[in-house]
Amino acid sequence: MSIAKDPKGLIQGAAQGLMAKAVALAPDAWVPGGVPDPLIGRQHGHVGRAVSRIDGPLKVSGTARFAAEFPMEHMVFAAILFSTIAKGRIVTLETARAQAAQGVVEVMTHRNAPRLSPPPVFMSNPKAAGGDNLPVMQDDRIHWNGQPVAVVLAETQEQANHAASLIEATYETEPAITAFDEARSHARPAEFMGEPLHDEKGKAETALSTSAVRIDATYRTPRHNHNAIELHAVTVAWQDGVLRLHDASQLVSHTAWSLGQIFGIPEDKVLVTSPYVGGGFGGKCMWQHHVLAAAAAKLCGRPVRLVLSREGVYRLVGGRSLTEQQVSLGADADGRLKALIHRGLTAKTPSNVMPEPFILASRSTYAAEAIELDVHSVELDLLANTFMRAPGESVGTFALESAMDELAEALALDPIELRIRNEPDVDPLSGLPFSSRRIVDAWRAGAEAFGWSRRSPTPGSRREGEWLVGMGCATGTYPYYRMPGGAARLTLTPRGASVGIAAHEMGMGTATAQVQVTAERLGLPIDAVDFHYGDSRLPGTVLAGGSQQTAAIGAAVIAAHRLLIKELFDIVGNDSPLAGIKPDDVACRDAGLCVRDDPERHETYASILARAGRASIEVTGEGPLPLELMHWSMHSHAAMFCEVKVNAITGEPRVTRFLGSFDCGRILNPKTAASQFRGGIIMGLGLALMEETQVDERNGRVMNPSLSEYHVPVHMDVPEIDVIWTDIPDPHTPMGARGIGEIGITGTAAAVANAIYNATGKRVRDLPITLDKLL
Amino acid sequence: MSMIINGLPAEVPLDPRVSLLDFLRDDLRLHGTKKGCDQGACGACTVLADGERILSCLALAVQYEGRSVTTIEGVGTATELHQLQQAFIEHDGFQCGYCTPGQICSAIGMAEEIRRGVPSHVTDDLDAPTMPFCAEEIRERMSGNLCRCGAHNGIVEAIAATFAALPEAEAAE
Amino acid sequence: MTPLRYARAADAQDAVLQAQAGARFLGGGTNLVDLMRETIERPEALVDVSGLANGIEESRDGGVLIGAATRNTAVAAHPVVRKRYPVLARAILSGASAQIRNMATTGGNLLQRTRCAYFYDEEGSRCNKRHPGQGCDAREGFNRNHAILGASSACVAVHPSDMAVALAALDAVVHTRTSQGERQIAVTDLHRLPGDRPDIETMLEPDELITAIALPPALPRSTYRKVRDRSSYAFALVSVAGAVQVEGGRVLDVRLALGGVAHRPWRARRAEDILRGGAADRAAFAAAADAELAEACALSDNGFKIELARRTIIAVLEELTGERP
Repeated sequence: MSIAKDPKGLIQGAAQGLMAKAVALAPDAWVPGGVPDPLIGRQHGHVGRAVSRIDGPLKVSGTARFAAEFPMEHMVFAAILFSTIAKGRIVTLETARAQAAQGVVEVMTHRNAPRLSPPPVFMSNPKAAGGDNLPVMQDDRIHWNGQPVAVVLAETQEQANHAASLIEATYETEPAITAFDEARSHARPAEFMGEPLHDEKGKAETALSTSAVRIDATYRTPRHNHNAIELHAVTVAWQDGVLRLHDASQLVSHTAWSLGQIFGIPEDKVLVTSPYVGGGFGGKCMWQHHVLAAAAAKLCGRPVRLVLSREGVYRLVGGRSLTEQQVSLGADADGRLKALIHRGLTAKTPSNVMPEPFILASRSTYAAEAIELDVHSVELDLLANTFMRAPGESVGTFALESAMDELAEALALDPIELRIRNEPDVDPLSGLPFSSRRIVDAWRAGAEAFGWSRRSPTPGSRREGEWLVGMGCATGTYPYYRMPGGAARLTLTPRGASVGIAAHEMGMGTATAQVQVTAERLGLPIDAVDFHYGDSRLPGTVLAGGSQQTAAIGAAVIAAHRLLIKELFDIVGNDSPLAGIKPDDVACRDAGLCVRDDPERHETYASILARAGRASIEVTGEGPLPLELMHWSMHSHAAMFCEVKVNAITGEPRVTRFLGSFDCGRILNPKTAASQFRGGIIMGLGLALMEETQVDERNGRVMNPSLSEYHVPVHMDVPEIDVIWTDIPDPHTPMGARGIGEIGITGTAAAVANAIYNATGKRVRDLPITLDKLL
Repeated sequence: MSMIINGLPAEVPLDPRVSLLDFLRDDLRLHGTKKGCDQGACGACTVLADGERILSCLALAVQYEGRSVTTIEGVGTATELHQLQQAFIEHDGFQCGYCTPGQICSAIGMAEEIRRGVPSHVTDDLDAPTMPFCAEEIRERMSGNLCRCGAHNGIVEAIAATFAALPEAEAAE
Repeated sequence: MTPLRYARAADAQDAVLQAQAGARFLGGGTNLVDLMRETIERPEALVDVSGLANGIEESRDGGVLIGAATRNTAVAAHPVVRKRYPVLARAILSGASAQIRNMATTGGNLLQRTRCAYFYDEEGSRCNKRHPGQGCDAREGFNRNHAILGASSACVAVHPSDMAVALAALDAVVHTRTSQGERQIAVTDLHRLPGDRPDIETMLEPDELITAIALPPALPRSTYRKVRDRSSYAFALVSVAGAVQVEGGRVLDVRLALGGVAHRPWRARRAEDILRGGAADRAAFAAAADAELAEACALSDNGFKIELARRTIIAVLEELTGERP
């Protein structure tokens, strides 16, 4: 059982293949999801209803409180000074003027900062939250351009900001590698989540060389930043030996544990809450500002509020790394793939473990006879890059799905037909059966709804005034994930129930959907269920990432629910209508339990509790290990359709219509789900047309650290986006649902690029597709 | 020295560096107005000054002495929502909720601009006596309010549903 | 932001006196407050002129006089501006966002400083505009947004204003006041090319206050076209302000100015000279555009602007000389 307590060990064990093979061959019923969640069959209850967000009134009235909105007694405000070199050491750091400036309480540098252990970097432990493992303000070393070198604490934000501008730093620079091309020759095989980013099936090069039709092209994607509108912020105090953080976080438990490691205190002496998060997308994990604020609060003995400036977010919170991807496709004359080769290069840093895994989507999308996938990465002296919405798939599908479009043209085949012809029966690499795969349904429904038949296959053939109009499509895909560590507390009272789990609501609609699910599971009205989250004291270690929260919470609540029924049966007594029935034979409905085959035999929870003299029952259930991931190939899919117009004079590209047709299992709440799908697609439009973090390769400095120079789509860039879905439950996941937070960004950039090709005849393989590439 | 915030007088800060945004958030603890960039690039800090939408991050509080400022707290409360706030919930015009107060204040200012006949970049006929209240106009006029979650469609729907129901807007249709 | 004093100007005279004592003029604050926060500007005192001359009057010569503190929205929404100076209304409406246009003053808009990323990076980059003689990191850095006309070895930045481009095309005149008295400056003379002193951006004295902008009578047709990376809320890559009078297929008179291409709004006089009196046809437009751009000089990333400017000039002239829709 030791392996079960160590999820990292589990994953590594899986990587070695032994356990994976055993799980793959095990009977379905032994695996989580092998017996379908009973909720899948419940079609007319709370699940699947378009319920408005339960936190709506607080958010639209501005009363939802975010991390920077918790004033504390005697609180001081922090401002950070950032390095201006990429590598070397601090020679002088003149802080006297800052120290003497009005309102300044303390200036923290490496000279007086509390001694700290380095942050545990992601995946070094199941609860590790650090974006990198560099020591935080512990010595004079500089590792990237923009590294914090001093923190000023003052009575007001204006005083802190001004004093920070009075600090003078000088540096001794050392040679730094900040240019991708310079590092190219040092590329090494990349690993992701402890596994090599390399797959082979058959002899792909040989198959390619003998294919009737071949496509071979290189695609490039730049760096990106998450750019959640809420600035990263933390309000911190040391209260009676407890480190208290009001945070904006997508991993409260990880952060509590990691800060405990850094400060040498037990994790239960760190309390992290994050009731509202103003957008995450992978960017609201643990970075230096958490550590600096906590260290500064310790140093000055007062609570600290640290709100990063927008520039500060770019200087110390990593984003998505750049990629250079080569895709080679070989097909027979009918369009059946003989070879699929997808390989290339990305960049990370020496202190993190996150090569952008752009081949992930290519593992399971097409039934190619031979496959070769590979990521190599180089190490640059930059701020550590990190996860950003659909790491891997977002940019990987741009390359793969652009290449598929190029292949369709070479074959004179409709691009949808090409994709359907290469639909696999089982997972192309692992050979595992799919848990549920209805992408062909999604393609057909999407094509019909979008009016795909009106597309001319001849590029440049449709013009409306100054505008060239075109249509394109692409496959989007994202896996079903469920990470170990899910646990939920379920509390039943005569008035209703509450769920407590250290999960997160960053706008995905998690709280609303989980209230619906729990109400349905317990047979309660929606307003009788509360959902508590965003608090490290709650059970579970749940990352809001990998689109896995719905499954992780769902599995934990299923486990807790099972315990709850058991506890209820322990107290039900002989006077109950349920006397003599086995727990397995009951169902929850009408605020109580009934016999599944005889619903008239029913007793309310209130009655059961009252008879037993209990005010409440509280249970905590743990989700099983996610063995289903080794038993089935589990993926969501989307058929993306785009119509663009490109100005024939100026080259300006504008998306005029977009439709996403999704196969993501059961949709729990169509209202919030539609918004998740659209949100991903809109970030995908940004990825396609405008987003780029510009790092000056001479010195590794981000040169557009602002929302005016880093363009994200504005209202005018966003047309009405249609989203439809198959709504076919996955029989092997909690509630029949698969995560939906990330899939929208996948396939979108390729759909846009393919539409632009259809409009103009210009194939742009470098993102973003700005007008200069279309002149 | 004072200004009127949501109908109540407030003393203007002594330090002229304090932005209207920080004054609202840090001094008055009116946290509904959000800081997303502090550089005039995102619109999260939008408030109404004498009914006109402005960016409170680029405004020094002292400049607004004697003026009347309305923030999201003055638009409606969680228990007594303005109809636009209700429409944002109904049409799901937000996810994380951080840009939302700015979007709502901006939309209220925008509706007034359309009523006054202020044209926009996408207005075909600058001389038209009334301005159209269509989705394209809303998109252009709301483009100063970024949303990163991607709730744009819901925002536009909520605004259209709210103000299209008003008599002035109906006349402009 | 550096500690500072703040005072409202009672009138223009008071503003000038305070400026003489070292105060900086503060209009809507949309640029200066941002630059102060970035510590690029560090004034010790501000004199708030945003409450001064505020209004639009028709003048006897058939033109218009705009008070310098008139907000951008008010100018663009004014019926006379919309009817007779659509180029100005459209230029303003294509700039920034509605919120910023509600704050920004006409005088302040003219005096915006460049958005060059290296100019903005006070701590980490070299810039001759911030620190003369320091060097320019933009020239060999990210320069996609930068100048193709009139740049110098010291500076390749562009002026960011849309409104100023329209005013340059309209032959607008800036009215100013100093302690020495009042004067009038053509908008086309207001901004300097960078030369070896890119830190000196206009010909205004430190205590010289813009009090009004005068527009002479307009040519019958005018418009503004802005090309940018996103559909709204972005600075121009290239913009063209044009005004023409055409009769019998010939160009009687024409005004043309470019934005996003130079350190100042770029009045295209060479193109105008070629067009004036000539045929209103595509060949003439192309010849005029080519002449104007003959000396255009590209950096590593902004070569596309030359072709883009050429195409946009032609498109604007075609629009203005074509059939009215």
